[in-house]
Amino acid sequence: MSANLDGYEAVIGLEIHVQLRTRTKMFCGCELSFGDDPNVHTCPVCLAHPGSLPTLNEQAVRYGIQIGLALGCEIAPRSIFHRKNYFYPDNPKAYQISQYDIPLARNGRLGDVRIHRVHLEEDAAKLIHVGESGRIHGSDASLVDFNRGGTPLVEIVTEPDLRDAASAREWLQLLRSTIKAIGASDVNMEEGSLRCDANVSIRPAGSQELGTKTELKNMNSFRFLERGIEAELERQVALARAGEPIEQETLHFDPRTGTLTPLRSKEYAHDYRYFPEPDLVPLAPSKELLDEARASLPELPAQRLERYQSELGIPEAQAKLLAYDGELGDYFEAAVGAGTEASAKGLANWITGDLTARLREAAGEEGEVHAADSRVTPQAIAELVAMVEAKQVTAQAGREVLAKLVAEGGSPAEIVEREGLASISDSGELEGIVAAAIEADPDAAAKVREGNMKAIGPLVGYVMRETKGRADGGEVTRLIRKQLGLG
Amino acid sequence: MSARELIELSASEALRRIGAGEISAAELFDAYASVSDELNAYLWRAEPGAAGGAEPSGPLAGLPLAVKDIFCTEGIATTAGSRILEGYVPPYTATSVERVTAAGALILGKTNMDEFAMGSSNENSAFGPVLNPWDTSRVPGGSSGGSAAAVAAGLAPWALGTDTGGSIRQPAALCGIVGLKPTYGAISRYGMIAFASSLDQCGPLTRTVTDAALLLRELQGRDERDSTSVGIEGGVELPSREDLRGLRFGVPRELGPDAEGIEAGVREVFERTLRRIEELGGEVDECELPHSRHGISAYYVIAPAEASANLARYDGVRYGMRDPDARDLTGMYERTRGRGFGAEVKRRIMLGTYALSSGYYDAYYGQAQRVRTKIAEDFRAAFESFDFLVTPTAPTVAFELGSKTDDPLAMYMNDYCTVPVSLAGVPAISLPGGLAQPDGGGPELPVGVQVIAPAFTESKLLDAAYALEQAIGFDARPPGFGGGEA
Repeated sequence: MSANLDGYEAVIGLEIHVQLRTRTKMFCGCELSFGDDPNVHTCPVCLAHPGSLPTLNEQAVRYGIQIGLALGCEIAPRSIFHRKNYFYPDNPKAYQISQYDIPLARNGRLGDVRIHRVHLEEDAAKLIHVGESGRIHGSDASLVDFNRGGTPLVEIVTEPDLRDAASAREWLQLLRSTIKAIGASDVNMEEGSLRCDANVSIRPAGSQELGTKTELKNMNSFRFLERGIEAELERQVALARAGEPIEQETLHFDPRTGTLTPLRSKEYAHDYRYFPEPDLVPLAPSKELLDEARASLPELPAQRLERYQSELGIPEAQAKLLAYDGELGDYFEAAVGAGTEASAKGLANWITGDLTARLREAAGEEGEVHAADSRVTPQAIAELVAMVEAKQVTAQAGREVLAKLVAEGGSPAEIVEREGLASISDSGELEGIVAAAIEADPDAAAKVREGNMKAIGPLVGYVMRETKGRADGGEVTRLIRKQLGLG
Repeated sequence: MSARELIELSASEALRRIGAGEISAAELFDAYASVSDELNAYLWRAEPGAAGGAEPSGPLAGLPLAVKDIFCTEGIATTAGSRILEGYVPPYTATSVERVTAAGALILGKTNMDEFAMGSSNENSAFGPVLNPWDTSRVPGGSSGGSAAAVAAGLAPWALGTDTGGSIRQPAALCGIVGLKPTYGAISRYGMIAFASSLDQCGPLTRTVTDAALLLRELQGRDERDSTSVGIEGGVELPSREDLRGLRFGVPRELGPDAEGIEAGVREVFERTLRRIEELGGEVDECELPHSRHGISAYYVIAPAEASANLARYDGVRYGMRDPDARDLTGMYERTRGRGFGAEVKRRIMLGTYALSSGYYDAYYGQAQRVRTKIAEDFRAAFESFDFLVTPTAPTVAFELGSKTDDPLAMYMNDYCTVPVSLAGVPAISLPGGLAQPDGGGPELPVGVQVIAPAFTESKLLDAAYALEQAIGFDARPPGFGGGEA
């Protein structure tokens, strides 16, 4: 746990909004699109013209059901849409059509976190505030782009089962890859197709009661989610230590400063006056739809994790990295299937270890790491690992090859050839270099001869320097011992 | 034929003559478009000649039609009787209007109405009240008062209206014409400006039962743009029945001639109608709708609750009126809505907002919905013993302008007999039963009789209403018919 909560325990629940990747909007036929001119994807329905009526997007329902099933939820035989009433310029009907007391799905579990509910609703339009404040109050003018208004959303609410910021981040990654695997959304936090609010409270460790919670908003990356929760936990613990009350409020995370500021109460205090939406009939998925949704679910990350561990023998930590990051997992699968002799365990080790580290280095502090988008093809990493495992190159040389692959791509065999990185297979050549090492450092040689094996380091180092790492470490040790009469 | 003779024709008769080549669509259109509107029935009217020389085709080919200003019409201003929509020109056309124009009907004009269909006298229009053609000191009823007055006065052969709690049937009764509220779901609501979504239903106002059937036949049907629309299975047949033999008519004690507030003249016409039913071979018996006495209470929770949400979109952001002097967002909302809405609309928005608010929802909205369920069950039970139920449409004949405007409860009681039917979602027709004097004396005015049927049995309802219509033989015209020139 990153925050030191001394004596307190964190209680964290998440509320996630996922924009669905349907062709059209939730309640009308307007196409979804990103980056087009403002207000070109609009119609009487999503502009809330008088007399217009909503009709439900069937593909959104299918995605919603698949997400519900993937999260192990019960799908409601008959769920209801409600109107959530509030005035705001991004909400043209002045009510959002959402689900309230009977959601599409509930009572599920993903990993260690229970799912409270999953429901369907529509997204608001986009507001652009002109002026310094950046908010509607105090802005010079506000502009509305209704292209986004009415985009299908799935809202997922967890039970407060998370206990620290890092687990929240890891779990959100699992959720993201689960939805990604279904193909229901782009689930991109920076672009807003995946949004996560956190409900955070603390309580004395061991207590079963729930403390007063605050709601954190606007954490638009995994990193910010973790930072936001950490900052809030620190703030709550400080208040509790000082004997001051924690107030129920909504806090806005500022990614520039990493700090939380309370939203003005006017901006969130509402009596939403929910009531059943009379323009839509209850949603009762047919058995055919349910069966079809279930049958078309792909392998999900949780299942992948299980398979990687039990069938491929990959250690849990690496298996998680591969299974919870759908793109990385797909990359791994492609490498396994590339037709080389490389072992799955070896590939898992190289992909989650050296490759990821190299890519992260190359991307810099804030960049995202995507193996699939890098110059290293799954075929290339598989060939490289196969060469290392066959001792055609040493692990050390393999890393150098990898660095070249990350920088410029290409074929590992060609790089080995061009850079002369192949292992020294001629034992005569190696024997000569070992003899030179012993001659160059007689003190070390003497100590080794006396049984102090720690002293072998400088001798091995000499050989490695001379061979530029192309010698196999085990073989070098064997030759030193042999020449010193210890073999 | 003279213009006067043309507008005397019922819609179905005019249709027959157009089909036979005896009259032209353009001459019929111009005859109607040329009658001067002394009643403030129209908010917008087509000019004579607007039909052009084109001879439309389809089952309603060339018949002019008045459309309540609650239906969106692409390119034609649509206000729903409200200042807040002044200047609003919809970018699309309501499904119901699209269907009848596709069938060949020509739009004569958009008719005046109570603002957002909230009212029973048409005095809540932001554009002035409609006058009753039988006595211009009296109201035509509401909210489809403009449609009813236009059809009664020879300003249109027939019209589209909407009925939420009685808004087709009550003005039809007060103007001496036929008004049909179909089963909820029979006709698409797409493009019909919403008042109370779970109750609103489009329907015809006509001079004859046959005309109502003719128009309903084109209007009904499932529309994929309205999820709650289902249409009428098997469509609508034109009525032909001449007797009522073997049919059982129930007279609900709670809504019958002895109910509170029923005028003596209304009772007399109603009882005469019951005797006609028996003369035609129908059986008449008393029945019970025990929860219907709570209809008005439930209705005035549910309808305002839905309205409070439906009317929230009039915020000055995208269309219609926006107060130019607002300085900030809240100011824009408050000033736009404060100036744009009339008193009755504001009253209902406040009622509905209150009924839905946290802590009151269950006591008001929840309770009203439970009452609604009970009322619907009452109707279902009654229809196990009866084919139809009959009541007076409205407790009184047309009342004087201004006589109830300061007493909302008295105004709401106009819908005492029609509201339970709306809550149950079943179809009902109002047809003229005869003329009667108001309590306290005055000119003879039309009295409407309401016949109620089980859901989606419009064809049977129209058939029975037709037989009754022939037997009653109501053919009186208001004094102002056709602009007053005989």
